[in-house]
Amino acid sequence: MLRTTGVPTEQELDAVFPSKERLEKGPVVVVECFETIPCNPCYTACHSGGIRAFKNIIDLPTVDYEECNGCTLCISSCPGLAIMVIDYRYHKDYVKMTIPFEFSPLPKPEDWVMGLNRNGKEVKRVQVLSVKNTKHLDKTPMISIAVPKGQFKEIRNIRVGDL
Amino acid sequence: MIRRDILVIGGGPSGLCAAIAAAKSGATVLLVERSKYLGGQLVKQTHMFFGSEKQYASKRGIDIGKTLAEEVTSHENIKILTDTTALGIYEDGVVTLEQRKNQEEIYIKVRPKSIIVGTGALEKSLPFPNNDLPGIYGAGAVQTLMNEYLVKPGNRVLMVGAGNIGLIISYQLLQAGVEVAGIIDASSNIGGYLVHASKIRRSGVPILTGYTIVKAEGENHLEKATIAKVDQNWKPIPGTEKEMDVDVICISVGLTPSSAFFWQGGCDMEYVRELGGYVPKRNKYLQTTVENIYVAGDSAGIEEASSAMVEGSIAGLAASHDLGLVYEAYDQEMEELLQELQALRGGEKGGHVRKGYEKAGL
Ligand SMILES: Cc1cc2nc3c(=O)[nH]c(=O)nc-3n(C[C@H](O)[C@H](O)[C@H](O)COP(=O)(O)OP(=O)(O)OC[C@H]3O[C@@H](n4cnc5c(N)ncnc54)[C@H](O)[C@@H]3O)c2cc1C
Ligand code: SF4
Ligand code: SF4
Repeated sequence: MLRTTGVPTEQELDAVFPSKERLEKGPVVVVECFETIPCNPCYTACHSGGIRAFKNIIDLPTVDYEECNGCTLCISSCPGLAIMVIDYRYHKDYVKMTIPFEFSPLPKPEDWVMGLNRNGKEVKRVQVLSVKNTKHLDKTPMISIAVPKGQFKEIRNIRVGDL
Repeated sequence: MIRRDILVIGGGPSGLCAAIAAAKSGATVLLVERSKYLGGQLVKQTHMFFGSEKQYASKRGIDIGKTLAEEVTSHENIKILTDTTALGIYEDGVVTLEQRKNQEEIYIKVRPKSIIVGTGALEKSLPFPNNDLPGIYGAGAVQTLMNEYLVKPGNRVLMVGAGNIGLIISYQLLQAGVEVAGIIDASSNIGGYLVHASKIRRSGVPILTGYTIVKAEGENHLEKATIAKVDQNWKPIPGTEKEMDVDVICISVGLTPSSAFFWQGGCDMEYVRELGGYVPKRNKYLQTTVENIYVAGDSAGIEEASSAMVEGSIAGLAASHDLGLVYEAYDQEMEELLQELQALRGGEKGGHVRKGYEKAGL
């Protein structure tokens, strides 16, 4: 599926999502990188040992869930925009999801935007919590959105404007 | 007549790295670039690059180009001529150049001891009815319009080709506010990196594998494209046609190495499909079968900017070493570069290139 459509399957996603127990412990990274390509900035960006050391530049990234503290440092380093951070403890009904977003205009905090799934289909309106666009992020801004706990595995992108 | 140790033809990532490596190991270098700017393809790449930190991974192509250009410009051993096209290599070792200056053309002769060719690649095109209608572009033209001249090529695009270039340009079109109606590819799998494919999919652009373009239609300008499913032999299957209202078709079906200088120079050539076409035979130090001609980057076989940079460095070090110039760190740096190149060609997508090298015994 992924290879013909660009959309990962349930099973492929399950393999890279942290366990329920880990999610409940606090913010954590989700890396949707399924193919061995010559690339490793996720590892070099992480200062906490959250991404395990690469032996070879083509290795798939693997997450050390003990060490990842969900700091979001790796998100904007990934040229594939394959990384997000989920804070499951953010609210009893919502997770805080931090995703990279390279389109303009950027939303503003508290704006409502359309949450999209991995097919780009509309799922649900969601509210923006924060927008970071510092020089360090090098034109890959990070947007945090509040996503209902029932949908945090579905939503992976947003559309700004006409809802 | 300009006399220099090494002439580098092409100011893309391979040529820039070749010039830097040759100059730092003691050679005097002349670098010629056809366009106004140094950087080659990098000038048009607004997206972040893959690779490792050594090849500036996670930086944007355009910024990598600037960094390299600054290094080249600041090196006292390197003389740079932009707006200058290399025209031909002659039997007596003279290379002719044509420089545009204040609307005049100046002819220059160079007699280098060695030549490193880093002329990059040419785009392949695709035959189909009306493929000359205005609105049908090659991928390079679309990128140049958008990223160099800030002009939208149109409003609704059909992208033909789901390799990295097709995927990346689709993403850049979306960023520029242009609608991408779909990406088609005759192959049954997506050729480009899946992380690129996924990020375009989640913006709602369909990727149709196993489809080809059948024809284009329009009065004075492209108005409609017809696509169809293909069978195992990549022939359209009657009855599967779909029409799409688009005003742009972007053709991104691959590149072929720009090989004119190798033919002229008398290098032994070999056709390697996996590398994009005819490439010069060479040893691992990128020396062709003509002793003083070296090759690097896409003109050696279509790969990536990361490998083009490493190849450029290898060719630059090797060329000045072969001229007998002494550089203390040569052995160690060369060993590291050869290993890096090996590592970059690993992985699923690198398999293609590896196969090409094995087949051709390069
Ligand atoms: C859309 C797109 C996206 C890409 N994304 C990536 C990526 O994410 N990561 C990655 O690693 N790579 C990427 N690449 C590939 C990368 O850009 C190329 O592999 C790389 O630029 C090749 O470098 P090069 O020096 O061989 O050739 P080029 O960059 O093509 O440079 C060749 C230079 O030679 C000059 N030249 C040609 N003929 C002459 C002549 N006769 N006289 C003087 N000058 C001449 C040209 O003007 C040009 O400047 C991408 C390419 C494209 C098109
Ligand atoms: S979120 Fe922070 S700690 Fe976790 S992998 Fe990314 S950079 Fe490392
Ligand atoms: S930086 Fe992104 S694309 Fe590269 S290996 Fe890491 S997760 Fe994969």
